[in-house]
Amino acid sequence: MAAESHGPMHQFELQRWIPLDVGGLDISYTNSALFMTLAVLATFSLFWVATRHRTMVPSRWQSVAELMYEFVGGMVKDNVGHAGMAYFPFIFTLFMFILFGNVLGLLPYSFTFTSHIVVNAVLALFIFVAVTIIGFSRHGLHYFSLFCPPGTPLPVAFVLVPIEIMSYFIRPVSLSLRLFANMLAGHVLLKVLAGFVISLGLGFGIVPFAAVFGVTLLEIMVAVIQAYVFALLSCIYLNDAINLH
Amino acid sequence: METEAAKMIGAGLAAIGVIGGGVGVGTVWANYMTAVARNPAMEDKLRTPAFLGFALSEATALFALVIALIILFT
Repeated sequence: MAAESHGPMHQFELQRWIPLDVGGLDISYTNSALFMTLAVLATFSLFWVATRHRTMVPSRWQSVAELMYEFVGGMVKDNVGHAGMAYFPFIFTLFMFILFGNVLGLLPYSFTFTSHIVVNAVLALFIFVAVTIIGFSRHGLHYFSLFCPPGTPLPVAFVLVPIEIMSYFIRPVSLSLRLFANMLAGHVLLKVLAGFVISLGLGFGIVPFAAVFGVTLLEIMVAVIQAYVFALLSCIYLNDAINLH
Repeated sequence: METEAAKMIGAGLAAIGVIGGGVGVGTVWANYMTAVARNPAMEDKLRTPAFLGFALSEATALFALVIALIILFT
């Protein structure tokens, strides 16, 4: 079923466009890499156009950029506090990269790089390692108290500490899996419904076509929400490391 | 042939777990709506916890979905 060239899984296949091989390591320029480049270029050009002529009263493009900046800035400030504003550029970059990856992936015949778990896993593991390093460098060994909130009775602590440790180490898994599964499920659903349009033809095909239309709208919403959720959870994890309860 | 059929049935059974996620996500948004209807001034403050609860409960459903996909495609 996955091997068919036009099955619902075909859209996730990697194509090596510029094969590169460095010492047995495959670093080919694939369609995934192309869409990552496009996402970076889209973000860059959006903010370049928006901030080219800066005015006191913002132009339309400038107000778009300001809106995004204030949205993410407010999220970091609300969830991490002023100490977290040092990490604002990272969170903002992360948000824009995932947002453009998700939204560009919704264009017909395009490729969604966030639907590959390896991409999300690298992003999530980077956040996980960074948060752990920040936590230990700011609090030293006191950071271990994250696993045992103050005021926990001893009998409860025996149950709570293993759960807290497990929930700490499951973070990169759930963070990457959430984005991956949302994108995968959404795109497979779209392609399966689109297949129904073809097989039902012109008459009854209008029913699945309406469904495709609705699901596409839903997917645009999901793309934005999942980028927001990824950045929000990064903020929450960062808050644990910086403020420690 | 029988393993293939068992795989399909197993994937279907694994996807039952999505029900729980659906109920969870529904509960989160229903309670968000109720809270905002009671006190509209709290809307902005409640939005972040609502999205957080939505994301965390949705993840459990997606785990079930991923297990189903793994059974189906490996």
